Amino acid sequence: MVVGEQKPLEEILEMIEPYDRLILAGCKGCVAVCAAGGEREVRFLASAIKTARKAQGREIEIREVTLERQCDPEYVEQIRPFVGQYQAILSLACGVGVQFMAEHYRQIPALPGLNTTFVGGAERQGVWVERCQCCGQCVLHLTGGICPITRCSKSLLNGPCGGSSNGRCEIDPEVPCGWQLILDRLKELGQLERYLEIIPPKDWSLSRDGGPRKVQREDLMR
Amino acid sequence: MKEGFKSNSRLERILKAGHFAVTGECGPPRGADPEAIRKKGELLKGCVDAVNVTDCQTAVVRMSSLSSCLILKEMGFDPILQMVTRDRNRIAIQSDILGAAALGINNILCLTGDHQKAGDHPQAKNVFDIDSIQMVAAVKAMRDEGKFMNGEELTVRPRLFIGAAENPFADPFEIRHLRLAKKVKAGADFIQTQCIFNVKRFKEWMKRVVDMGLHEKVFILAGITPLKSVGMARYMKNMVPGMDVPDEVIERLKGVPKEKQGEEGVRIAIETIQELKEVEGVHGVHIMAIEWEEKVREIVEGAGLFPRPEI
Repeated sequence: MVVGEQKPLEEILEMIEPYDRLILAGCKGCVAVCAAGGEREVRFLASAIKTARKAQGREIEIREVTLERQCDPEYVEQIRPFVGQYQAILSLACGVGVQFMAEHYRQIPALPGLNTTFVGGAERQGVWVERCQCCGQCVLHLTGGICPITRCSKSLLNGPCGGSSNGRCEIDPEVPCGWQLILDRLKELGQLERYLEIIPPKDWSLSRDGGPRKVQREDLMR
Repeated sequence: MKEGFKSNSRLERILKAGHFAVTGECGPPRGADPEAIRKKGELLKGCVDAVNVTDCQTAVVRMSSLSSCLILKEMGFDPILQMVTRDRNRIAIQSDILGAAALGINNILCLTGDHQKAGDHPQAKNVFDIDSIQMVAAVKAMRDEGKFMNGEELTVRPRLFIGAAENPFADPFEIRHLRLAKKVKAGADFIQTQCIFNVKRFKEWMKRVVDMGLHEKVFILAGITPLKSVGMARYMKNMVPGMDVPDEVIERLKGVPKEKQGEEGVRIAIETIQELKEVEGVHGVHIMAIEWEEKVREIVEGAGLFPRPEI
């Protein structure tokens, strides 16, 4: 899922400073699962904003909505009937949702309430970790199911570098060395001989480096 | 270029003549002062066969390696251009390789580079388009096949003696010789290792290297760094990832008065070189006297490696 973190309240208050009528839009997708932008967070944030504005002596009207997904036009369109009554949309979706809002409603600004952090999963209750960089050319079959692009701080395809120490990365003793994980896993699978193969340079044109990407499925297009 | 040689490198000639090689290191200044390079150069003159010039080591901004190499070349040195993939994509790397060769640089050391997180610009965006092993393969293809990384032909081939680094003290230990094997397979002509303080572990690594026959395919230069003080030893042990400074070394430095610790550090360096000279597969030493270049001559002399052969 896409993992996000709510921006500090101060930053949000500064962003919405010019407005007195706001749509606060949550998303029931990934950001609800990672407890950053779902129905519950919309409720809490709306209340925090109202309290802060009240203290400033400038009350604000907030329309709380939480859409099924903000990355789908069908759901984004659901606020059209009342969007004209508001001055801005504060979206608690990931960056995709904010941009879809901006694309659909051109008369008022769409503001990000979250920092979209990474594509990852829940390691345990309350802890989310990055697992994929969306490089567009998966190599997990070569590296024991552990992603060198994400887990190695230098994205080495032929690691580990000389900074791997006791299974830890040189950037931080809290960070496991991605290549130590890969090697341990290859050993478990009885595939350590794979390590001797040199993995050639990656084609980054399939990644973000090639410009904004698009997946087009003729069979689904109408 | 002589028959049977890959480059005009003095280091290549020394190694192929069977001499025990000595290379040194020069860290460029944090400013545009060419004198800082010349001053270090003066201290290394006559003591080394070639001199490495670091490339923004520890991810701290310094004068560029290539410019510093050129200043040293003007002084008569055979510089080894260190190049990291942290700050350059494949376009910049290949371009700099051509430029270096055109300026008469004969040696390159291909490195991934320290992560910028511990450097002086942790906010920087890193590159890591390719890794050091892929870079070795790229330089080799440019030199031996006259081809860029995309397979297209280049005009005049860069005649570079290709180096890579290896750290026998990083983990996991059991694949460190295999990683060296990958660098050899990619086309490395010489290897310079991380600083050796734990000679026992280095020997264990070398044994695995020799067992694989890698010492016959690549020249291995063992890394030496003289310790200035107990403080420096402790710092390297605790703060530099992948550095192995055994407690015996720290105890030995602690055993002498503070003002004598530098002398003791130099003595340890000399003894280490003498011990390494006897290790099968070690073809030379790479002395990294960090901001202490004035001690290099003493170390080289003490180890019986002075004067350097004329070749």
